[in-house]
Amino acid sequence: MSRTFALTNANLVCPVAGASKGAVLVRGETIAASGDIRIPKDADVIDCKGATLAPAIVDLGVFTIDIPACHAGGIVRVGLMPDQTPVLDEPGVVQRAALIGRPGLWIHPIAAATRGLAGQDLAEMAINRDAGARAVGTGERWIADSGVMRKVLAYAGDLGLTVIAHPEDGGVVGEAVATSGETATRMGLPSAPAIAEALAIARDLMLAEETGAKLHLRQVTTAAGFDLVRAAKRRGIAVTCGITPAHLLLSDIAMSDFRTFTHLSPPLRDESDRRACLQALADGTIDVLCSGHDPRGPEEKRLPFADSAPGMAGAETLLALALGMVRDEVITVERLMALLSANPAAILGLETGTLAAGMPADLMVFDADAPWLIDADHMVAIAGNTPFDGLPVQGKVRRLFKGGAELL
Amino acid sequence: MSASDHRPASQFAGSAVFPHRHLTGIDGLQPHEIMFLLDESEQWIDSNRSRDKSHKQLRGLTQINAFFENSTRTLLSFEIAGKRLRADVVNMHAAQSSVKKGETLIDTAMTLNAMRADVIVIRHQSSGAVRLIADKVDCPVLNAGDGRHEHPTQALLDALTIRRRRGSVAGQRVVICGDILHSRVARSNILALTALAAEVRVCAPSTLMPAGMERMGVTPFTDFDQALEGADVVMMLRLQNERMSGGFIPSNREFHLRYGLTLARLARAKPDVLVMHPGPMNRGVEIDSAVADHVVHSAITEQVEMGVAVRMACLDVLTRRARRVKGWS
Repeated sequence: MSRTFALTNANLVCPVAGASKGAVLVRGETIAASGDIRIPKDADVIDCKGATLAPAIVDLGVFTIDIPACHAGGIVRVGLMPDQTPVLDEPGVVQRAALIGRPGLWIHPIAAATRGLAGQDLAEMAINRDAGARAVGTGERWIADSGVMRKVLAYAGDLGLTVIAHPEDGGVVGEAVATSGETATRMGLPSAPAIAEALAIARDLMLAEETGAKLHLRQVTTAAGFDLVRAAKRRGIAVTCGITPAHLLLSDIAMSDFRTFTHLSPPLRDESDRRACLQALADGTIDVLCSGHDPRGPEEKRLPFADSAPGMAGAETLLALALGMVRDEVITVERLMALLSANPAAILGLETGTLAAGMPADLMVFDADAPWLIDADHMVAIAGNTPFDGLPVQGKVRRLFKGGAELL
Repeated sequence: MSASDHRPASQFAGSAVFPHRHLTGIDGLQPHEIMFLLDESEQWIDSNRSRDKSHKQLRGLTQINAFFENSTRTLLSFEIAGKRLRADVVNMHAAQSSVKKGETLIDTAMTLNAMRADVIVIRHQSSGAVRLIADKVDCPVLNAGDGRHEHPTQALLDALTIRRRRGSVAGQRVVICGDILHSRVARSNILALTALAAEVRVCAPSTLMPAGMERMGVTPFTDFDQALEGADVVMMLRLQNERMSGGFIPSNREFHLRYGLTLARLARAKPDVLVMHPGPMNRGVEIDSAVADHVVHSAITEQVEMGVAVRMACLDVLTRRARRVKGWS
């Protein structure tokens, strides 16, 4: 049923139009107007009471479909990683994945770039695109064979699909679960030097430049990696990169008590790289802030560190942790919304992520100052494996809309 | 803080001298706590050399040696130590059963706990596994080696051997050579020896040298001959082929050429240098038999002897609270 309503008395934050006070008018599934607008008589009025109104989050690169966690975090669309069971490399599974969360959560599958993510044979990218895939990816692994990676980029480029790559040289990484350095040495954990990331980025950037393909590096976490991305952007290569709050806020010291919630992929880096991440966020090198949502239960986390599965439950903490960086004046709130909504939407080729008229009414209203405590034992996610357990944060989603329908 | 500025253990009363519930590593121990354990070990050395080796400290207590990774020497040492203190010693060879890892590890810890063990000795192939179990049980836990992380009783027995042979650990130039990357013995020894104010040099090819060693207060070398200059103690480590995947060295032959301890090479150290090895040795690889069996320099069998004394001391100290020893309750 078509509904017209206005969200009034809000602090509007749009990645394109900027921040202002005003209202958003929704007709049916789309935004009819926003800003200093006249509210029609037929519209229901929802008073936001001075809260922030922004585009709902598009979370690029989640591993699990977790609707409650996404809604709690203001997420209405996710780019689903191909590392599923079965792997997203067939049109049937891609199509099923694309429909599984609707209407409340729209899933945009990232299809496997190679069959079975094995890094050998090209997957049916065009067929999977027609089945609903919005990008192709290498999953949690990198493609070791440079010849195959070149073909992936070239072929995906023909189709206009972005290739989402995991930038870590698998040969250097081996069985590592930590970044080489004092912490890994003291803990006796298998580790790999941080340069594994830059090695992979350098190769993929050269191949992207040569093929002209669009490349998104799902997570860049090292100073050397960002230097390469900056240089590539200056040369006009179609590259974007993302990061999660964990790599911005935590260094490898957080692993010191063998807490497996800090076992991530890529692993937490040292303090100098963490600072480089913040710098890259501030200077615009980073394009996407994502949750890396990968909830893991005790069967996979209550293990010795090296035996545990990497990953964190990040969806419901993404916004609150990100707002901390606005509060610390690393970025503006408008840029934050670009990182969380407009930029990931653009990479996936989605017409959403701003408050412009005509856009889908994917909206969130949040109280940027609402305090709460991240508590691993009381999260709505499938599992509470957050490395931020016990951290006080501010920022809570109060209302959430997908295509004009209220979800929260 | 190092031994040069620590308070002597004698200044502490009762359990204040060693307030820890478990012994999961040397990391976190103060120098005086290490010295206390060494002092406690001393009394068991003479006892073990006497005819009557049996004592009553752990009488009625159950000691479970849960070894998730194969071991002969350490298991035997802990078993003898427990039996000499009259504990009921049970060995669980988890490595040979289907119990390998995963949730089963926690389940095993809870099972051991439910069986009312009074002290649990654990060896496990994963770094941090012992700490994981220690968090789940009510009794003291002793780390008998976890992955590449720590092997605290080995470090204590090595420190005791050095102290008895050289009079003090402080000021000794100790060279640790071999597979540092995969060695829990190296990590625990570095922590213990630097805490006790020894000068520690570590030596390995770069492929077997972990990052950030300097930050652990040691000097890294890749040239063994350089590292040996003026050494008081040379501690050789075994090449841990079972922990290696991929080639870290070209061959054992080449490793021996660059890092094998021969009599000729040993001449670079001090004339009264002490040679140590945690065993088992790869003779002809990291150490020549002429060195390993040298009657003057080699302290390798003495290390084994000290091992029993150190483990008796650790079992005694960690169970004092449960036994309501005066000043420890």
